[in-house]
Amino acid sequence: MTEQLQVPPADFQSYYGRPILKVSRWKEPHLPAYLFLGELSGALAMVGAAAEATGRPALARTARLGAAAGAFGGGAFLTAELGRPERFLNMLRVAKPTSPMSMGSWILAAHSGLVSAAAASEVTGRLGRLGSLAGAGSAVTGPLLAAYPGVLLANTAVPAWHEAYRQLPLLFTGGAMTAAGAAGLAASAVSRDRSDFAAAYRLALIGAAVESLAGYGLETMPGPSGEPYRTGPGGAMLTAARYLTLGGGVASLAARRSRTAAAVSAALLTGGGLCAKFAVLRAGKASAADPKYVVASQRPG
Amino acid sequence: MTTGTSGNSLYGPLADVSGDAGYADSHPARVGFFTDTSVCIGCKACEVACKEWNGLPDPDFDVLELTGMSYDNTGALGSNSWRHVAFIEQDVISEIADGSATRWLMASDVCKHCTHAACLDVCPTGALVRTEFGTVIVQPDVCNGCAYCVSACPFGVIDRREGDGRAWKCTMCYDRLRGGLEPACAKACPTDSIQFGPLSELREIAQARLADLHAAGHTEARLYGDDAGDGIGGAGAFFLLLDEPEVYGLPPDPVVTTRDLPSMWRWAGAAAAVLAAGVAVAFSGRGRLG
Repeated sequence: MTEQLQVPPADFQSYYGRPILKVSRWKEPHLPAYLFLGELSGALAMVGAAAEATGRPALARTARLGAAAGAFGGGAFLTAELGRPERFLNMLRVAKPTSPMSMGSWILAAHSGLVSAAAASEVTGRLGRLGSLAGAGSAVTGPLLAAYPGVLLANTAVPAWHEAYRQLPLLFTGGAMTAAGAAGLAASAVSRDRSDFAAAYRLALIGAAVESLAGYGLETMPGPSGEPYRTGPGGAMLTAARYLTLGGGVASLAARRSRTAAAVSAALLTGGGLCAKFAVLRAGKASAADPKYVVASQRPG
Repeated sequence: MTTGTSGNSLYGPLADVSGDAGYADSHPARVGFFTDTSVCIGCKACEVACKEWNGLPDPDFDVLELTGMSYDNTGALGSNSWRHVAFIEQDVISEIADGSATRWLMASDVCKHCTHAACLDVCPTGALVRTEFGTVIVQPDVCNGCAYCVSACPFGVIDRREGDGRAWKCTMCYDRLRGGLEPACAKACPTDSIQFGPLSELREIAQARLADLHAAGHTEARLYGDDAGDGIGGAGAFFLLLDEPEVYGLPPDPVVTTRDLPSMWRWAGAAAAVLAAGVAVAFSGRGRLG
């Protein structure tokens, strides 16, 4: 099936085989870790609000603490990624609709504020009403935080990212559900009262399905830009992601009966989500490093 | 999607690029480079003059790197090389000698100062700005080194400088322009391969030169980046080439990535809705563990 999808060797010319584009300066593990923690925080914020609204206090507590940890952990990786980390706040110098990173910085700032307020209220047991309000607000910033990195990556000249603008956001929001579900699975494996966590199991399963579907969409992307998702370091990582995510989804079916299964499922799903993020970074770098992808995407046919 | 929306700020021709960026009508005319590679002799005076004037470091010289790419040991444009002379050796059929010969193409590459500059569009800090001359520059005191511009540039021009952490590229010698001088590379070029001036005049000069070359039988000559209807709304620095762009390491048909930004956000919105729906479904089930 992949035969006709390969980049034709053709009579493609280049300048000594050198890249036309600059290979992204974004690095491992910073970017994949940020993508993973951001989507985790985004979905957990929604889980926290939904769990509170539906009377699942143990899950709400787990979700709120996790959402805050994810936002700050992600923010730390994001800051460490900068060439001048001390100038991180320059991100909030302007609000620029043409820059998904500017939009994302504002989303992350708002989201971090809201999830920390909700988590602080959860921990201290004070100002419960304000904490709930902040938690509800973070259920709005959450999906934005999970989805915007798809635009962040797609809004580049990198062929494997730009042409995946339909698939990437879904990979990240699907991954957000998987990651949040996995966090619930992990918490349920060690918590005394597990009755709250069935919703997290369902979320993990839905997420695993959506994330796998989006990953499949990347692999089968028409044109040459799908190739880095099938072959090379990106392809290998995406394959690993698929098996881990599907395996974690299957294991989650046994989570109701077995704490071990819940823990194993959480580990597999988390590993799958992380691998998918590494796959995206590696596929993007591969497509920028080889001029054939640029030429093929600009000279169709 | 390939045509459409012409004349807006994201894509298509733009008559007044500085005006679109908010400068008053009294701003100077848009200036640019016309690099006529057919008269480039590969002397690299442009590279040297640029490095000298802009005080660019040469960090690679602690270990002298020979690329093996003809006389090109610069390799590519980057944070420390704002002009780059490419050397291409081609085997061609010759009417003299024994029938085979080497054709040598030389071309001085530079930042294109796009009408729709992706680096500027995506910069989250406002460090990249449009100048009153219609050029694009980085403000080093603002840049925080996020490197978004590095991946956004369809020409692979701008890069982050190691050890410094900020993004750097050609400024078209903004300081010299402010002082009424032409950029250092154009000043140093001994053959006028690099011509500087108001963009509208350069485009006329280029058309005339192209017609001359075609009349002389050099039908392989073509302009690159001169068309305001192209994917970047036309370049502020454009070229006369003697072969396909990719032979020189240039993208054949670059498009500013932000052209597709509205559809990207729509797809992200749909993905966010999927997330919201997924959470709703997960929490609507009755099943609580007992």
